[in-house]
Amino acid sequence: MAQPLTEGISRYLAHRASWHPLEIAFWALALASVFFLPNKHLILTEIAILALFALSLDLILGYSGIISLGHAAFFGFGGYVAGLLAKHNIVAEPVLALLVSGLAALILGFVTSFLVLRGSDLTRLMVTLGVSLVLREIANQMDWLTGGADGLQGITMSPILGMFAFDIAGHVAYVYCLIVLFLLFLLARRIVNSPFGLSLLSLKGNPLRASAVGISVNGRLVAIYTVSAGYAGLAGALLTQTTQFCSLDVFSFERSADVLLALTIGGIGYLYGGIVGSVLFKLMQDYLANLTPQYWQFWIGLVLVILVLVGRERMASWSAPLRTLLARIGPRAGRPVEATRPSPAEGP
Amino acid sequence: MLTILFDGIAYGMLLFVLACGLAVTLGLMNFVNLAHGSFAMAGGYITLILVNRNGIPFFAALPIAFVATAAIGALFQRTLYVHVYAKPHLDQVLFTIGLVFMSVAAVDYVMGSQQQYIQLPSMLQGQINLLGLNVGKYRLLIIGICALLTIALQFILAGTRFGSRLRASVDDPRVASGLGIHVKGVFAVTFAVGSGLAGLGGALGAEILGLDPTFPLKFMIYFLIVVTVGGTSSITGPFLASLLLGIGDVAGKYYVPKFGAFVIYTIMIVVLIWRPQGLFARSTAR
Repeated sequence: MAQPLTEGISRYLAHRASWHPLEIAFWALALASVFFLPNKHLILTEIAILALFALSLDLILGYSGIISLGHAAFFGFGGYVAGLLAKHNIVAEPVLALLVSGLAALILGFVTSFLVLRGSDLTRLMVTLGVSLVLREIANQMDWLTGGADGLQGITMSPILGMFAFDIAGHVAYVYCLIVLFLLFLLARRIVNSPFGLSLLSLKGNPLRASAVGISVNGRLVAIYTVSAGYAGLAGALLTQTTQFCSLDVFSFERSADVLLALTIGGIGYLYGGIVGSVLFKLMQDYLANLTPQYWQFWIGLVLVILVLVGRERMASWSAPLRTLLARIGPRAGRPVEATRPSPAEGP
Repeated sequence: MLTILFDGIAYGMLLFVLACGLAVTLGLMNFVNLAHGSFAMAGGYITLILVNRNGIPFFAALPIAFVATAAIGALFQRTLYVHVYAKPHLDQVLFTIGLVFMSVAAVDYVMGSQQQYIQLPSMLQGQINLLGLNVGKYRLLIIGICALLTIALQFILAGTRFGSRLRASVDDPRVASGLGIHVKGVFAVTFAVGSGLAGLGGALGAEILGLDPTFPLKFMIYFLIVVTVGGTSSITGPFLASLLLGIGDVAGKYYVPKFGAFVIYTIMIVVLIWRPQGLFARSTAR
């Protein structure tokens, strides 16, 4: 009995992890943007960074159900680390500095992850928000290091890998961000489709039952929160490296709110939501900011309110016919047959 | 030293009036309302328009601000909030952040983005000597009004029929509605009164807290601290939490200006880790 069961499980996992043609098309489109939209690279860079940030939020919100209002804490931390590394020439090479910044945010995420384990949604909201505010305050007060309210100035970036220097039109920056986004997306995809990712989904559904079947709830939460913090740190570092500037704004509540908004627009819990949402959010923001430079926030707020009132689920269901159509086109897609799925009755 | 205590108490009392509506709505419907500060801001600006532009006396403007904000609150509750109660916390957070963004931009559009002050009657300006202590007249007034309000609220909650319905609904909405209490009606009234109180707090606090379009964002964290630290099961919890926060914030800014708001946030995180249900919460079955 055990043999077909494990076989079924591994087949199910392999099925989950298989690439859908639409996904390949998506990344092909992203690659095409490098060549066909050369004069849009500045905003595309912003989109790619926001997308990475939203991806990191999706890892904790979509896959383990932690609502965070202070995810900018890690974004900002990564950004400041990257800025300081470049400014004082500690690690001059951008890719290496990026990794160091991500690692720093990862460590911060690990340390603070223990704070979000306890309490209800509201407590988590408050603690995450509190952490980002504390970091902002620290960055504000340590002006000898961070430049305080003036921001971190005088950052000059070395060429990437010693070969590709950042140009003023942002072509190199965009390719750089897109590559980082793609690689990290691959990693995230691997993580959520692994047995570990499945266990996260189970504890999002019901922590009590998850722990009853032997999943260490707190351990998993710490792990994914840490990874997510590292992702956010990398996004922040990318922002600093491409803009060669870092200010207190990176810790702001609005930044945490924006990323939450971008992720929600795109849809939570399937990794592409953050990227799609970031594209829509940035385009909308750009359009509105051109229309009403001072009051674009009003329309963003209106979109949020309507989004919630109409219902996120209902919006998702509008696209359902389209998705089933696409699923039929896909060779390996469609729901797995019932037998391959481990059912409780087959348990040992 | 005593002056700091006095200022802190005035600040804390103000925070309590601002936040107590939030505590009740959060406790009653488990609804995370980040837009509570928007109602406070509405009250502030209504008073500003009445006093500065139409020359209505300050003391007459306060009740109008209360009633007007309560009406706005009731309207929003009936038309918008009703649809969001049953939704997950994430939706509530997004929805109310959306409202905050809209209110900030709308007020910016109508009133301008600069900080504004309400013209106070001359009898409220300056200081008086009270038991050998120089205290601001206006702060004394705030403490007076807020103390009266607190006592009134406590009386309503503990002594009236509505109060016992409200407490029953907070403790267990299902059983309460089973006993024939119209929980939704109770909530609608509470929401309106809570918004009205926030408006009144915003009107009173414009002088101390400052009034500009970013008010809801700036003070959102303070309201939430009061509510989460104080717990939502009683009115004394948020009251004590507001006083602590007020005194702590004023003292912190006076003694260790270098750390500023750092102290408050750190204390909040520590308290929430230590007692996630709030410092003064009763241990309920829920």
